[in-house]
Amino acid sequence: MSHAQPVPDDRGHYGRFGGRFAPEALIAALDEVEAEWAKAKDDPAFHAEFDELLKSYAGRPSLLTEARNFSQHAGGARILLKREDLNHTGSHKINNVLGQALLTKRMGKTRVIAETGAGQHGVATATACALMGLDCRIYMGEEDTKRQALNVARMELLGAEVVPVTIGSRTLKDAINETFRDWVANVDHTHYLFGTAAGPHPFPKLVRDLHFTVGAEAREQVLELTGKLPDAVAACVGGGSNAIAIFAAFIPDESVALYGFEAGGEGADTGRTAASITAGSHGVFHGARTFVLQDEYGQTLPSHSISAGLDYPAVGPEHAHLADTGRASYEAVTDAEAMEAFRLLCRTEGIIPAIESAHALAGALKLGLRLGPDAVILVNLSGRGDKDVNTAAAYFGLVDSEGQA
Amino acid sequence: MAATTLQTKLAEAREADRAALVGYLPAGFPDVESSIRVIQAMVEGGCDVIEVGLPYSDPMMDGPTIQRAADQALASGTTTDDVFRVVEATAATGAAALVMSYWNPIERFGVERFATELAKAGGAGVITPDLIPEEADEWFAASDQAGLDRIFLVAPSSTDRRLELTTRASSGFVYAASLMGVTGTRTQVADTAATLVRRTREVTAESGLPICVGLGISTASQAAEVAAYADGVIVGAGFCQRILDAPDLETGLIAVRSFAEELAGGVRSR
Repeated sequence: MSHAQPVPDDRGHYGRFGGRFAPEALIAALDEVEAEWAKAKDDPAFHAEFDELLKSYAGRPSLLTEARNFSQHAGGARILLKREDLNHTGSHKINNVLGQALLTKRMGKTRVIAETGAGQHGVATATACALMGLDCRIYMGEEDTKRQALNVARMELLGAEVVPVTIGSRTLKDAINETFRDWVANVDHTHYLFGTAAGPHPFPKLVRDLHFTVGAEAREQVLELTGKLPDAVAACVGGGSNAIAIFAAFIPDESVALYGFEAGGEGADTGRTAASITAGSHGVFHGARTFVLQDEYGQTLPSHSISAGLDYPAVGPEHAHLADTGRASYEAVTDAEAMEAFRLLCRTEGIIPAIESAHALAGALKLGLRLGPDAVILVNLSGRGDKDVNTAAAYFGLVDSEGQA
Repeated sequence: MAATTLQTKLAEAREADRAALVGYLPAGFPDVESSIRVIQAMVEGGCDVIEVGLPYSDPMMDGPTIQRAADQALASGTTTDDVFRVVEATAATGAAALVMSYWNPIERFGVERFATELAKAGGAGVITPDLIPEEADEWFAASDQAGLDRIFLVAPSSTDRRLELTTRASSGFVYAASLMGVTGTRTQVADTAATLVRRTREVTAESGLPICVGLGISTASQAAEVAAYADGVIVGAGFCQRILDAPDLETGLIAVRSFAEELAGGVRSR
């Protein structure tokens, strides 16, 4: 499954990034997750169960759709969409949660906790826990519980308990802090189902491995459709799970350029941004050495993005490494550029993308103009935009501030 | 290498057949000058060692009380340079001054520069709650060069192999987390504390490295209970709470001093 990928060293270092900057109390649990994953990875019974769930529950393999109309706005380059938006629960997140929920059961644990920003990972986690009979608690910043009330209701319908986090900046990063605090107190029977390819080792590797199928499927699909590998692969990057999902299978293909599009917010140089590689600096955050938005004293700066799912002041360590080595390029896309691409995909292809994924689409438009009409660009359409209808309607003035049409 | 003030303080307590009292306060809580006065009151009340907290925006290991205190310190504009000022004032009281900090602010300041500045301010060492020895190469070099103690943590979940590794990496003392959880007061001492100290003693028999116990200790009787088997008793949230609860600083200082006195009585009645 991972033979062709650059594997981190045995302590989870990707070059000078990654590692394990975690309290001693959690080291035994991190070791347990690492050991269980090492066993499961080589266990045909695990793969049989996981693959069956991906196929008959999540709806894999997801489609590859050629966006012919949208491509006209990208200098004529062929833009191919990997349709993760069509998965059960509406995004790539389902792969990781099904895999980690199976792992939870293998470890004999009965309770799952997770963080969520916009609610995508929380909904996916609540879904997997409902399916597998696991107790589930989701931590969510208080601000986000208000903005995403519908997703809170979804999680509750699925049987999860949603706890609003009322400390710090009351956003995703504080929800992660609070989930770690719960984990350290309940680690004997609780698994922290981490949602992105970040955090202390082994989470970045575990999450990448569980999503590997995204890029592997897309690689086959593009070959079948075009007879060659794509020239470029584009994905949005917050923590970076959907990007590493589609990058991983292409990393050994040196002819394939990899592009991560970060959430530039109002502009990567405005201070109102979530572009941690573009605008951040080296630091240690949420358990790993990576790029962080921080001040001169190492205090985390508040991030900003119109997309709640990308609104995170750091990034997974493998992306930091891919940026460092030049294997992948990272650029910032502003809120305005993302929303323009969002509208364009709606109007030209009849697909409402997640605002997160709209950042990758905006990046692909720029790439197309740069690479020319012969280029084939694979874009990870990581999620669907149903959850973003309120935000988008308000942005485009379709409803007033009360949400009324 | 000459003994650090921390090593001296712990040796003195051991000679007096008592546990040392270690108090924690974030620098800059409620503001820089006031935090110095609070620490002076803690020492007057009987603290042998002070952990000066470096307030951090993402205190993953802290419960609500210390989070609130650190938030207030950051809101009042406290910086890493202020932490050194507070350390200097702490050292001037005669107590041993340590810094307790999450790793990122130290790395951001520059590990070697941080160690040098801390030693210059009279600090004796650093407690690093989210740094494990496997990730600490740069810190080993910098702390050795500056003559600072390195205090790592052990937890009830630590394997025997990790107890060995972590105590070997530590100097001054090893911080034994009494329970699986975050900082904050508890109604009773967790039964995991005594077991952890006994297990840790088995690997420190040769080095004689002192073991101080923290997390959840907030009364004189809890301090006495822990002092029966530990070399030091660490109290943090209890001090912060008294400042948070006080209507003004002067009232808070009185409460902090008398709380330290109670605890100092506790560590002497093992």
